[in-house]
Amino acid sequence: MSPRRIGAMARKEFIHIFRDPRSLGMGIAIPMIMLLLFGYALTLDVDKVPMVIWDQSRSQASREFISHFLGSRYFSLQGYVDKYPEVEKSIDSRRALVSLVIPSDFAGRIASGRKTPVQLIVDGSDSNTATIAGGYAEVIVAAFSQDLLLQEFRRSGGVSPSNPVELRPRVWFNADLESRNYIIPGLIAVIMMVIAALLTSLTVAREWEQGTMEQLISTPVKAPELIIGKLIPYFTIGMFDVFLAVMMGEFLFQVPLRGSVALIFAQAAIFLIGTLSLGMLISIVTKNQLLASQLAMVATFLPAFLLSGFAYPIRSMPPVLQWITYLVPAKYFVILLKGIYLKGVGPRVLLVEGIFLSVFGLVMFVLANLKFKKRLI
Amino acid sequence: MAMAEGEKAVVVRDLERRFGSFVAVNRVSFEVEKGEIFGFLGPNGAGKSTTIRILCGILAPSGGTGTVAGFDIVREAEKIKAHIGYMSQKFSLYEDLTVEENINFYSGIYSIAEEKKKERKEWVIQMAGLGERRSTRTALLAGGWKQRLALGCAILHEPPIIFLDEPTSGVDPISRRRFWDLIYELSSKGVTIFVTTHYMDEAEYCDRIGLIYRGELIALGTPEALKTEWMREDVLECVCDRPQEAMELIETIPGIKEVALFGKGLHAVVEKAETFQEIIRQHLLDNGYRVIGIEKIVPSLEDVFVSLIEARDKAEQAQAEVRK
Repeated sequence: MSPRRIGAMARKEFIHIFRDPRSLGMGIAIPMIMLLLFGYALTLDVDKVPMVIWDQSRSQASREFISHFLGSRYFSLQGYVDKYPEVEKSIDSRRALVSLVIPSDFAGRIASGRKTPVQLIVDGSDSNTATIAGGYAEVIVAAFSQDLLLQEFRRSGGVSPSNPVELRPRVWFNADLESRNYIIPGLIAVIMMVIAALLTSLTVAREWEQGTMEQLISTPVKAPELIIGKLIPYFTIGMFDVFLAVMMGEFLFQVPLRGSVALIFAQAAIFLIGTLSLGMLISIVTKNQLLASQLAMVATFLPAFLLSGFAYPIRSMPPVLQWITYLVPAKYFVILLKGIYLKGVGPRVLLVEGIFLSVFGLVMFVLANLKFKKRLI
Repeated sequence: MAMAEGEKAVVVRDLERRFGSFVAVNRVSFEVEKGEIFGFLGPNGAGKSTTIRILCGILAPSGGTGTVAGFDIVREAEKIKAHIGYMSQKFSLYEDLTVEENINFYSGIYSIAEEKKKERKEWVIQMAGLGERRSTRTALLAGGWKQRLALGCAILHEPPIIFLDEPTSGVDPISRRRFWDLIYELSSKGVTIFVTTHYMDEAEYCDRIGLIYRGELIALGTPEALKTEWMREDVLECVCDRPQEAMELIETIPGIKEVALFGKGLHAVVEKAETFQEIIRQHLLDNGYRVIGIEKIVPSLEDVFVSLIEARDKAEQAQAEVRK
């Protein structure tokens, strides 16, 4: 292999990119815009669930009960109502996702120590939020009940008993359960997958369409020289994108980076070689820019978005899909980035994923070389 | 360079290339001597480009054998590529690169030695007359410049054999003339040139020509030999007034093979010049034409080509009839 030929190829490709504002835009502006959009829009946190309350009791006890809800950051009061049709209307119009209904004998039942049912109506059309909101409500009600019990004991002069078992949850790696903290690292992986494949998907096909490839294949240039030469500029752009994304994660989204930055870049480099080679392979096989870019988009975006586990947990997928995820390189990069970002783990823990990524990179690069023929047809 | 002394530049035996059921090149055999300007003449779609692509090692033949610069066209295609310069039909330059950037790129691809790089680059710029336009984007160059730059890029590495596929199509006449001067210059230095064209006048510039029609080589020889030996019929040149109308009249005479307008006069292809000279003259005079002269002439390449093609078409028709 001749470094001279690789150099000539790379230099030429750099000039193409810098002279074409569209390719620069696609290489740098689009990934950053995607990161901004998805980073802000894709939040899986549930807080400030809008609620309406029908307080039939209108007593001191019911008002205290309500204040427990309003005091938490999980619910926000949209207003009071006083009949079921109004409850229905609020939920239909999406003014409220939950509605709390307190029966008229609420205060009396509590005073006499009887079981006191309270109704929570939840909009199940958003099942994810409904489940979480229901969970929050349960916790609030349990805490309220416990308070009541304690007061009862104290009044009857007893020693306040402690709960036999008490759960003290500690959330590691993402103490505030900020969904952004685990979405951003995964998002970087997904975006890099799509952009990298798209970038190279045009490069070989364009030369076939413009007729310059016919000239190139009549020269002594070798397939790996051509492919490596073409990869170099896009690899540079890809690494620059990763750098920008890490900076955005640090300063814009304030995602804690607990692991090694060097490790992130090392893994990104391996991942990029694989994904850029995949795009190149598509370009080599199709010889057509339009077809190649569409194929690259379909082959990367859907699997990377849905099957990489970046937002949708792989463990809750049907077994067949779970198996398919092993073929999605973005999955390994997502695990790597989340591990390095949130857990701060090093290469030893992430060895398997690192190996998978390297194998993917090697296979794609070799395939691209094998598929590139210095012959017409 | 790498060619052994005495070897032919190109040798082809029964070369064949099929695309599905279509036979693009049909059992073609020929040889090209070193230092020769060999022209491949034929209409569009005759198989010229297919042949040249096979010889450059970028298209595999379906059958037959051949060598270029002593290397086998099937097994040693990559070796061929180091010893040839190829200029494809579309001048394959990068339009968004400047003149110099295009030269630099190919100079890298051909791994021109560091100490020779500058000299070769200057040579191309001088040869193409692009001194003032080194930093111009190639897209903005006129056809003639693009053509000479493409030639320069294809022969930066001073290959002993150059393949040119319709190098002058879409180029103005002055640039065409200038291009042929360049080809002669290269040829005088011992470079072998294989050029395809569908311009008859360009074919005359070649040392030897092969006529290719529907994938078959139907004639081969020097332009002189083709004109004198390959045509069985004679050509009469008639100069008279109202040639357009006269042509229609002459066509009606039995025994006349073909009449075509040619310059100021008409060219009529006939079985025997001596008999038809008088018949045509009489016919024209009877119909009130003023006849300035009717003479037997050496046929032009076009006459030869047309006559050979017609003979071939007739033979094929007859064969088809028989088969029915």
